Amino acid sequence: MINIFEVAETNEMIEKENLDVRTITLGISLLDCIDSDLKILNEKIYHKIYEAAKDLVNVGEEISKEYGIPIVNKRISVTPIALIGGAACKSAEDFISIANTLDKVAHEVGVNFIGGYSALVSKGMTKADEFLIQSIPKALSVTERVCSSVNLGATKTGINMDAVKLMGKIIKQTAEATKENDSLGCAKLVVFCNAPDDNPFMAGAFHGVTEADKIINVGVSGPGVVKTALSKIRGENFEVLCETIKKTAFKVTRVGQLVAKEASKMLNVPFGIVDLSLAPTPAIGDSVADILCEMGLEYAGAPGTTAALALLNDQVKKGGVMASSYVGGLSGAFIPVSEDQGMIDAVSAGALTLEKLEAMTCVCSVGLDMIAIPGDTKDTTISGIIADEMAIGMVNQKTTAVRIIPVIGKGVGETVEFGGLLGYAPIMPVNKFSCDAFVNRGGRIPAPIHSFKN
Amino acid sequence: MKKTIITVVGKDTVGIIAKVCTYLADNQINILDISQTIVQEYFNMMMIVDTNQTKKDFAVIVEELAKIGESIGVIIKCQKEEIFNQMHRI
Repeated sequence: MINIFEVAETNEMIEKENLDVRTITLGISLLDCIDSDLKILNEKIYHKIYEAAKDLVNVGEEISKEYGIPIVNKRISVTPIALIGGAACKSAEDFISIANTLDKVAHEVGVNFIGGYSALVSKGMTKADEFLIQSIPKALSVTERVCSSVNLGATKTGINMDAVKLMGKIIKQTAEATKENDSLGCAKLVVFCNAPDDNPFMAGAFHGVTEADKIINVGVSGPGVVKTALSKIRGENFEVLCETIKKTAFKVTRVGQLVAKEASKMLNVPFGIVDLSLAPTPAIGDSVADILCEMGLEYAGAPGTTAALALLNDQVKKGGVMASSYVGGLSGAFIPVSEDQGMIDAVSAGALTLEKLEAMTCVCSVGLDMIAIPGDTKDTTISGIIADEMAIGMVNQKTTAVRIIPVIGKGVGETVEFGGLLGYAPIMPVNKFSCDAFVNRGGRIPAPIHSFKN
Repeated sequence: MKKTIITVVGKDTVGIIAKVCTYLADNQINILDISQTIVQEYFNMMMIVDTNQTKKDFAVIVEELAKIGESIGVIIKCQKEEIFNQMHRI
């Protein structure tokens, strides 16, 4: 039987170390909504999502009460809208009406984000993909809860450099369109290489075409729990360090698995996956960077950071995999800058640069995340940063992403405030040298040799 | 039988167990096990109870117990046992 110390340990994790379930994300396929009439399409989308998700928030809260564990976000992901709107949308403006429908239904069912205003263009773009991408700046400025993502490359297909070039422009336009709010629109826009179909985390969540009609995916979190566990074994060797992370990750993931199964039962929707990511928040003590410091680094970004992150990521997976029957999504440690107080401190202290962050993305999920850069950064420079990150994902057969915010009207040394879970960030300097001629070549980078495994 | 864990944490005072037990008896909640320790002058109690006979919703019990806790200056939590089993048992 369970004893008082085990109960106390669990409740301590929840109360003092910020253990929570970060998100229950309900994936909904919109493939059966496709219609050539835009008005009918919007109606079908609205009703499908509303019917599927109307109980989501209540169920989340009920589970939260029963087990005494906070469930921070309830969210929805849908089939990439470029596929759904292709038959009805004859212009970028047509796609905006779908964005508005998604925003409206998100408000109505009470979820804080809806993901899937997306296009998958890793090899090439259809006309619909292009319209959707061109509509992103406006879509993200006229809606509040819609999140957008674009998959630009894959290990199997190579990198679509035309789309990379276009996204450099689109990110800048999105920043311009939302400049009144410190270019907040860019915080809801992410580009991927090897985007997973079942990611529950925003801004990159979408419901892939390989998925069932509806599915429940859950993202757990617990950087504070890992940090506290490590603070009890200071000075011990790497074997002890790794064992401790593994055991902690197991416990954290079990909570996610329990919540996912329960939500699946109550909503009568199949359970998809648990995403093992360690996701930080700006709250003190909920930081991935603090774990790195607890391992023995003065700041995240100091020499040794990549190794520390690599072992953290690996041990989280090793512990988590056994705790859940299905693991998927991004599953790794997130290293967003603005959403992690320890990372913010590291940038402010001058310990962490964009280049070091890029190196760190080689060994963890997901990529350059929530990084504020000067608003006058050139489109092509942004495309260059994206291309580098996509190349890391393509060659290493892993998911990488870029969510970067060129803050219009602000420069290095200034700070940008996004608020809530998105946090705040010091604006980081970007390498000033040009990559114009490289980005402007056009076409695509072929798939790497080790992708030919057949 | 699905079991529920009630925990009471706070500064030790007269009548904590009495108050909680009275509430449980009034609501047909059967106590299966009680354990208790004092950690750093803090009262720490765990009860394993059976809530199958009660007519109240789980969420209501959670809230009412929390309120009783507030009135005597302790924190009372009521959680389904499953979360602890999942976390601490393979």
